[in-house]
Amino acid sequence: MVSRIDTLALRYKVIRQFKQLLLMGREYPRGYRYFRDNLHAGFKKNAGLTDVKEIEQKLKFAEHIEREIAALYSLRKYRAMKQRYYDGDQ
Amino acid sequence: MPPRLNIVVPIKRVIDFAIKPRISAAKNAIETNGVKFSMNPFCEIAIEEAVRLRESSKDLVESITLVSAGSAKIQDTLRAGLALGADKATLIDIPAIDDSKSLELEPLAVAKLLKAFVEKSNANLVIMGKQAIDDDSNQTGQMLAGLLNWSQATNASKVTVDEASGVVTVAREVDGGTETVSAPLPLVITTDLRLNTPRYTKLQDIMKAKKKKTEKITPEDLGVDVTSRLEIVSLSEPPKRTGGGKADSVDALIGKLKGVGAI
Repeated sequence: MVSRIDTLALRYKVIRQFKQLLLMGREYPRGYRYFRDNLHAGFKKNAGLTDVKEIEQKLKFAEHIEREIAALYSLRKYRAMKQRYYDGDQ
Repeated sequence: MPPRLNIVVPIKRVIDFAIKPRISAAKNAIETNGVKFSMNPFCEIAIEEAVRLRESSKDLVESITLVSAGSAKIQDTLRAGLALGADKATLIDIPAIDDSKSLELEPLAVAKLLKAFVEKSNANLVIMGKQAIDDDSNQTGQMLAGLLNWSQATNASKVTVDEASGVVTVAREVDGGTETVSAPLPLVITTDLRLNTPRYTKLQDIMKAKKKKTEKITPEDLGVDVTSRLEIVSLSEPPKRTGGGKADSVDALIGKLKGVGAI
């Protein structure tokens, strides 16, 4: 039996993850609107879940998306800087 | 007693790297109205390096202080830096240097401001970006080291601190390869692209950053005159790319390549 405290903690985790992704969406190349709409849709689709294991699985997936987006931004910036300042070396 | 690092990280607010700068209608300045600004990428790398030094060894880093000079808009950039892991931030308030006038704050003036600030703050290590992506001067770090009479290691691609002796070893990216230098503290390090990959800010850290200490001082407080000595005579965009030509056959292609001296 999952205690109320556990489900509450999980709820906060989900909300925090959502907010983190929303924050990151501001720099998305296809636009904030596009990102936000897709983020909403993705979370809404799973809004009805009640099984803790399932929720944690989806949460892990959201974390994975967060890492992917961070990597995308990093790479984009690195490549731009490299092209501007280093290509042409050697 | 192993030395503790008191790090100052100067940062700069610049037009976002993804935006193509345009020259404003007045033909005398870069268009900054409604343009997105963010932290200079090399400065992000500097903050990341300071934070990694802290994470690498308990008690190695005493404090990480950010500093930036210009108008009040820089507060946002400083707060972003605090969210990346710095402890406190100082804005050197120069209201006259708003976004459109940023080129009027020259590297030498910044170096003088930083010298006074670093001496006031008792720092023993400065980590800063090697250049800003708007003016591409690549001068401020070197000038600062000269003014402070500190050692300097520019274009750093790797930084190691020997905790016992306080000697810092830096691998530098130079033409034709990597050069390794080492010096005891204090020193100025400027960051190369390959030094590290900055982390992405976490929302919780942005919240925590709101509680971190920020202060405002003026060039007068530091006793520095920031009047510009250089005059911008003209600004122009690079020549537009002309269209390429088409070659009909392999022989024609070879002929054209020979014509431009490519082969």
